Amino acid sequence: MMSPLRQQFRNWAFRRNPEAGPIVLNQRRIYILPTRQGLFFGFVLALMLLGDINYNLSLGYVLTFLLATTGALSMLYAFRNMAQLQVTAGRAEPVFAGEQASFILHFHNDTDLPRHQLVLHARDGHQTTFDLPARQASAIAFRIPATRRGWLASGQLGLYTEFPLGLFHAWSYLHFEQYCLVYPQPAAASPLPAATALHGTGMHSQEGDEDFAGLRNYQPGDALPRIAWKTLAREQEPQVKKFSANQGSERWLDWSLLPAAGDERKLELLARQVLDASAAQLHYGLRLPEAELPPDSSPAHRDACLKALALHGLDHTPPAVRRQADTSGQHLAARIAAWAGRKLRTPSAGKSQ
Amino acid sequence: MGWQKIAHSFRREIAMKPAPHQVYGIIAALFMVCLPHAEHLPHWVSAVCSFLLIWRFHLAWTGNALPSRWLLISFTVAASAGIAVSFHTLFGRDAGVTLLVLLSSLKLMELRTARDANVVIFLACFIIITNFFYSQSIPTALFMLVTLLAILNGWLAMQASALAWRARLRMAAIMLLQAMPLTLLLFVLFPRVQGPLWGMPQDAWAQSGLSDTMSPGSMSKLSLSDAVAFRVSFDGPPPPQQLLYWRGPVLWDFEGTTWKRGQALLTTVHDLQQVSMPVDYTVTLEPHDKNWLFALDMPTSADVPSRISGDFQLLSRTSVTTRLRYRVHSQLGFQANTEESPALLQRALRLPAAGNPQSRNLAATWRRKLGNDAAIIHAAEQMFHNEGYTYTLEPPLLGNDSVDDFLFHSRKGFCEHYASAFVFLMRAAGIPARVVTGYQGGEYNDLGQYFIVRQSDAHAWSEVWLAGQGWQRVDPTATISPARISTGLSAAVPGSEALPFAARYRSPWLLKLRFNLDLFNYRWNQWVLGYDKERQFAFLTRLGMEEVTWQKMALNLLAGVGILVALFSLLILKRLYAGPRDPAVRLYRRFCRKLARHGYARSDHEGPMDYASRASAALPHKADAIQDITRRYLSIRYESRSDPENLRALRHAVAAFKL
Repeated sequence: MMSPLRQQFRNWAFRRNPEAGPIVLNQRRIYILPTRQGLFFGFVLALMLLGDINYNLSLGYVLTFLLATTGALSMLYAFRNMAQLQVTAGRAEPVFAGEQASFILHFHNDTDLPRHQLVLHARDGHQTTFDLPARQASAIAFRIPATRRGWLASGQLGLYTEFPLGLFHAWSYLHFEQYCLVYPQPAAASPLPAATALHGTGMHSQEGDEDFAGLRNYQPGDALPRIAWKTLAREQEPQVKKFSANQGSERWLDWSLLPAAGDERKLELLARQVLDASAAQLHYGLRLPEAELPPDSSPAHRDACLKALALHGLDHTPPAVRRQADTSGQHLAARIAAWAGRKLRTPSAGKSQ
Repeated sequence: MGWQKIAHSFRREIAMKPAPHQVYGIIAALFMVCLPHAEHLPHWVSAVCSFLLIWRFHLAWTGNALPSRWLLISFTVAASAGIAVSFHTLFGRDAGVTLLVLLSSLKLMELRTARDANVVIFLACFIIITNFFYSQSIPTALFMLVTLLAILNGWLAMQASALAWRARLRMAAIMLLQAMPLTLLLFVLFPRVQGPLWGMPQDAWAQSGLSDTMSPGSMSKLSLSDAVAFRVSFDGPPPPQQLLYWRGPVLWDFEGTTWKRGQALLTTVHDLQQVSMPVDYTVTLEPHDKNWLFALDMPTSADVPSRISGDFQLLSRTSVTTRLRYRVHSQLGFQANTEESPALLQRALRLPAAGNPQSRNLAATWRRKLGNDAAIIHAAEQMFHNEGYTYTLEPPLLGNDSVDDFLFHSRKGFCEHYASAFVFLMRAAGIPARVVTGYQGGEYNDLGQYFIVRQSDAHAWSEVWLAGQGWQRVDPTATISPARISTGLSAAVPGSEALPFAARYRSPWLLKLRFNLDLFNYRWNQWVLGYDKERQFAFLTRLGMEEVTWQKMALNLLAGVGILVALFSLLILKRLYAGPRDPAVRLYRRFCRKLARHGYARSDHEGPMDYASRASAALPHKADAIQDITRRYLSIRYESRSDPENLRALRHAVAAFKL
């Protein structure tokens, strides 16, 4: 483990602000130092050289120099193994708290050189190893445990390689504006509230039988079970089966109707209800103290509900977007204020190690 | 925090267990490293090592657990004890190397993590070096390269387990090849320090060659060896074969059957009169761990720290433990020490109190009848010539009175028998005489224009002291078998006898092949193995470095390393910065750059057609050209019309496109 002092030095020496655009790993971003093994190898070589001198072993000199040169060459190889890679941040699908957030990084290897044994790691040692074929773009999923709801930042990631001989450690830092939305962890069970009739008087059965009412064009977010596969097979535009909406069976998942509990607990219960209602293909709406989402039954609605729950009491835009807004004015004072504000907003950043 | 717990569990995974194919790579590397040692390791050690390698292979193959720590510790203790019993020590060259080989094989049995594998790899590198104590020949060097390949292969397997073995070997070979120029530079320019820095173990070098005693059979045994004793190149034309007497130890004291060098001479007078036929030559002497150097009768000076003794031996200050080159000046015609000290003459007459009565009688008879020294010498030569003596590599065994046995019964002998008997007769007849050992003749290599003198050229002759003429060489072998002296051993002994291959066959093309090989070996020894401080300075001076100093060498070394590293960086990194392979793509990108310079950069998501329509809309006066280039590009790329004609048209269009 790293001593606090070394950690502080690293923070200072290699500090980079998060970046939005693609990162090209060039000589200014790649650092190289010998590994412990590399130092030990140097020591072995020094011993060998002493032996050569003492016993005047000409062939021993040849061997020693050959090994030393190969070792030094491996430094160049290690650098080459990382250089000119282009990295862009991909999207991260929302997850529930307690799951692993999966951040996608796109590595474009636009050279003729296959790359081996690249290791992507978070500061806590969590890591993933991968190879990159030549002239290809590869998407590397990087998992970080999501513990709390809200926006989870990927933070500063390290990319290193010790290929080919493990004598040199070449590394670089990737710090993207990359966030994963973390939904509250759904509670174990939470009964759905009873159906309420808002419009008209007709009370229908609980399930709300939905009658087929024709086809409409597909829109992103439509549930897979509703796609009209038959028409798709006829090579028409993708269409979705429309069902007659059952106005009478809509339900409100209401914050204020929940039994008394902590805020987080309430969010967990609501998350469970949203999931259950969506699974039962019910027509449901969500009512939070600060927002109300009108009833619907599409997956997009479910996601919107979960997002509202995830960001309850938090800023709705990811920190990156906020920061961009903060720093759009190029005044130094504004930037300093923004920087100070960031410090205040993330007081736990320094303690995470 | 839950976070960190998870993180720790991942950490542990890094110290992963080596996969079977990684273990095979390490086993193969260690096998290659230990193979050349099998020649000199005790048989039980070779057996134990083979067993360990096979066992480890089996464990990796079946995936069974490695042996327990206690078993390994007891194994290690038992093996060390075995070595201590075999060698009576744990130190010194042989015991040390054996221990190293055994321990590295044992380390294989606890190959649990990547770190263990690294220890084995580093040990393997070290074991290769120990093999150079035994041999530094060209085959050894080639084998070293193959071994390095195996080591790098095993190493790469540990680092990049996903790489197929072919790709690994290829990469290992490329790395070695790329390392060679820099290695050569380091080899030439790295300042050589004259070793040793500390004491060498007594047994650091293999030894063969003349010793300072001579008994019946010692020379004929040496004659069976093809090993090179030394090589000589003459400054001018080489002297005739029958004058090539390479002087080694001079033996003074006879003890029944054995001649010995005896105590050191008190006198250091070495005085040559009436010298003629001076020759200058350079000898490259193989290490023999003794202090005598070989030179033609009689040496007068040499360019290494050495002295010439009272009996004209050229003696080095220290034992020759590495290949040594020295220049000598000799006089082939001479009268040596005409004024010899009486004490020394007395010593040259001394014989054991008793033994060999028949020979003593014969000598006494000669002295009575003939009287003068020259006549006695002649009589002895005549006896050897006329009375049925034969020259053979396989003489019968002799009894206690070895001289009598030889002279009057077996009459078969090799040079040591004749020299010994002759000197005995001379001393018995009152003529001061001594035995000289060394080499006679040599094989001339026309290609390299030098003589190769092998152990099979070992020879013994005698010297007598005559008043007014000093010490004179008398070679009784020459009277029995003149061919031995004029053409070499193979002409002198019957073909059926056990002569070494090199001395037996004389077919012309085989001879030529042998000369070629030896020339190669000679150059190897001279330029690679014998590359020491002197040779380095001489070489660098020849390259044009005035006044070679360490500082200059260091500077040159740094500069050379810098240049080579820069060149190699270019070579190795070049592939990174090579643009797309398809010339059409390169041309299209050039076109895009031209547009970008005027503010119409293509965005990442934009296809060529979208881009073209956007650019055309923004630059209506250039719309035709933009559309034309895009169309051509698309037809080459996607309609596979990549013939040179279309490419050329695209190139012209892009070149002509100006904003």
